[in-house]
Amino acid sequence: MSATETPLVDRLAKAGLCLPGRGLVAERDDVLVFSRDDPLHGLLAEVVDRLGVGSLILAPPAEPYAGILEYLAAREAPAIRPRDCETRTFFHDIPVVTDPTAEAVVAALSRRKGAYLPGLGILAHGALSPEQAFVTVSSVALAAFVKFFSDALAAKRAGELPAPLAEALSRAVAALPPPPPAIPPVLAKGPFATKSSALAAMAEAGRVTVELGLVDSVFGNISYTLDGVVLISQTGAALDALTGQVDACPLDGSSCAGLTASSELAAHAALARLDGRPAILHGHPKFAVIASMDCAATDCPERGACHVACPAKRFLGQAPIVPGEVGAGPRGLVHTMPPALVGRAGVVVLGHGVFTAGRTDFGEALAALCAIEGLARRQCLAALGFPEAAGRG
Amino acid sequence: MNAPLLLYIDLTRDTVRRLPLDAADRARELGGRGLAWALLAGRTGLAWDDPETGLAFCPGRLAGLALPGTGRLGAAWISPATGLVADAGFGGRLGTALARTGLAGVLVTGRADRPRGLVIRDREAALVEASALAGLPTDALFAALGALDGALVAGPAAWTGSRLAGAVVDRWHGPCRGGLGLAMAAKNFAFLAASGHGAVPVADSPALARAGESVLRLVGASPALGPGGLGGYGDAALFDLAHGRRMLPTRHFRETAFPEAPACNAPNLERMFGPSRQLPCPGCPVGCHRLLPGGRLLPGHDALSHFTALLGLADPGLAVAAHAACLGLGLDPVSAAATLACLAESTGNWPRPARVLADLDTMATGRGPGRELARGAAALAADLGRPEAALCVKGLELPAFDPRGAYGLALALAVSAVGPEAWRAGCLAHEVLRKPVATDRFSFAGKARAVFLGENAGAALESLGVCPWLALAAGLEEWGQALSAVTGEPVDAGELARLGERLVFRERLVNAGRGLAAAADTLPARFFTEPGTGGEGIAVPAIDRQAFREARGKYYRLRGLDADGRPDPAKTRELGLA
Repeated sequence: MSATETPLVDRLAKAGLCLPGRGLVAERDDVLVFSRDDPLHGLLAEVVDRLGVGSLILAPPAEPYAGILEYLAAREAPAIRPRDCETRTFFHDIPVVTDPTAEAVVAALSRRKGAYLPGLGILAHGALSPEQAFVTVSSVALAAFVKFFSDALAAKRAGELPAPLAEALSRAVAALPPPPPAIPPVLAKGPFATKSSALAAMAEAGRVTVELGLVDSVFGNISYTLDGVVLISQTGAALDALTGQVDACPLDGSSCAGLTASSELAAHAALARLDGRPAILHGHPKFAVIASMDCAATDCPERGACHVACPAKRFLGQAPIVPGEVGAGPRGLVHTMPPALVGRAGVVVLGHGVFTAGRTDFGEALAALCAIEGLARRQCLAALGFPEAAGRG
Repeated sequence: MNAPLLLYIDLTRDTVRRLPLDAADRARELGGRGLAWALLAGRTGLAWDDPETGLAFCPGRLAGLALPGTGRLGAAWISPATGLVADAGFGGRLGTALARTGLAGVLVTGRADRPRGLVIRDREAALVEASALAGLPTDALFAALGALDGALVAGPAAWTGSRLAGAVVDRWHGPCRGGLGLAMAAKNFAFLAASGHGAVPVADSPALARAGESVLRLVGASPALGPGGLGGYGDAALFDLAHGRRMLPTRHFRETAFPEAPACNAPNLERMFGPSRQLPCPGCPVGCHRLLPGGRLLPGHDALSHFTALLGLADPGLAVAAHAACLGLGLDPVSAAATLACLAESTGNWPRPARVLADLDTMATGRGPGRELARGAAALAADLGRPEAALCVKGLELPAFDPRGAYGLALALAVSAVGPEAWRAGCLAHEVLRKPVATDRFSFAGKARAVFLGENAGAALESLGVCPWLALAAGLEEWGQALSAVTGEPVDAGELARLGERLVFRERLVNAGRGLAAAADTLPARFFTEPGTGGEGIAVPAIDRQAFREARGKYYRLRGLDADGRPDPAKTRELGLA
């Protein structure tokens, strides 16, 4: 077996999701190759063979994800059940495989796209390419993070935190990455008069949004409307690698170019029609997602369906919190987010992420995204008894 | 409702028998495409028009249930077009209707002495006189059968012996490819119609509801199925995509870009004719069949593309009319348009719009000059002394995505055991629609496995009765949850994929028995020697023949075939098919 390339595990490490140098990729077209030597080759080879998939990624998570996943796995095996939007829509639950035999791993990955193996890491498969597994690893880490802090907030509301949770929380908070900057980096100034300048601005804004930790690389979306055409990131496009990954979708519906556009094209287009601001940025900043799910109304009749039916008028600072599922379905955020964002800097979609807009360029949208996430982080950590950690790097 | 039944029709003896379907067979074959192939067992070595051959029709395993997009009907028969066993999946109401009669499948054998039809009303099934109906335009046939929930018919083209004669379901679905209409007419079998009102048994209704909700969430999150895509324009929405990716077959595949494409796209058709409205299959949230004002269907991508770009005609109105004509005549629009394009290239006479409609009529009626067109492109090109001019695989004309624009697609078109189908291995989903992730469409790396896995998943889904478009959003994971809820037995994505692998291998095994081997698993020479039309930063080179062969070899090894594409005996035993 020879080594395969490792850009995906490098990307995971760069995003703080995986320990540097510890990610392991198994990839098979005709023959199986691993990204590095590891005692687990035998197990993974058998899993690849029995699943019949093209690739696996085993990602030992970095902190705080490692501690969070270990804590959740120890209490929720055989499956962790996050309630954020991405998990609800695409992943259902995260199996926990406490006995990492090929039999148990195959059983879990026959059922789901990824699993957590305590002590070993997040294991995900890609039928077509390692990119699929990469997406799953990112999703598992994000979902676990959101669930952990959401559970902690709920426990805190109910009284004092149990000691193991308090201990795990202290470790997680200590390992948090820096908060978003109060003054974000300066981006290209608009308005942009040409397609090429708009595309360049989108690429820059997408890259900076990922670098600031406001979205994991493969999530989120971005658009700029120019002369009646929405330039929007394609579905599955990495926000930090947008070159060649943008669709041009006429607002007059004269072509079906949106077929490969972001799932949220309809929402971006609706906002462009309602509002007129050309720059729209959508990220998944973790604390904004957590804060949007943190609700004191434990006796609400819509409890459990908050993400589609929350009846309350809630705000995170000046940003409304609205329900809505991914996309343009009958309960999709296309019906809730655009009207809520008109005239405002940003909107939080419950359990999902944040949409912001800019009048001329992405600077205003990025600043709003940073501000909303910064506020959410301060609120959450203060509620959990860590006010001093809210702004600490 | 009692245990599922199979209906055996012997047209020679004019008999109708019901037999129970063995539970183990149902668990292994599922329904739809899988069960339809199984019902042909013992009859697949015969000539396509031998009276003892069978026509099998099976609702998908999840048909008739409160699920989105699972009411499809699977059919299998020996194709007059390819000489191989073929299959087709149909939307519409017939799959749901059959499932609600309590039937898991219908096998039609023998040959009647005059045209007959099969009418199924719940527990009653009868062969009826159809002499007055055989040969009628399909809309007239459906009008005559209007009291029934769903129907499948052969159109006029079938009764004149056209190899391009497909079958049509519920007026708007089809005509299918591969000559099912002709195979029906060879048996003097004019139609199958059904009404069913029974409830399909479900072990765990709440779990089924949850599975349905999961699917609906994913459909809502799918850009391809949204209002700017198939949800708004049906699969005609794919036309702009094929154009934008420079893989729109143009002037008989001599080019891959059609400058006039924007004037022919689905939004422009709606500007010409008015807004279309949905004709949804039962329970479907997408509604990809769309009716234009005036009562004609918005053509799907294949028909829209082949009646415009392939013929070099920038006349979208013609595409609507030609597609409507094909529906009425029961003529496969893909093969019909491709045969006209083959003639045009061979003779240098590219058709005028009026000529296209006249030629379609000739293909179906068998009257007048040009009736040889009804034999399809391969026979036509051979007659003209230019066999290379037929752009066919296994005798069947190619659909409307140029293989030079996506190498997984190219491999899938070549190695399919039944002939070229653009979506059978699902490669366009990842190579063009970026689902579940984008793959490099101009590379063979990983594509052998992608074709292998995609074929397996597709076979399982078609056997469940899942619409291929909904499979763009929800995968085996979600459909496995639905099947588990129905049966009460846990079935995960991996198990469904393994069932699919067995079904696909059996298709190869059956057709290897009819002579299929590596020589037929290739593409026309043009795709290896001539580049497509590059531009806008996209180069469309000719496919590297050696790279194609290497990918095909990998596919053979994954599939358990020898170097000549024939089933390995050990794999045959391993899958329980020896």
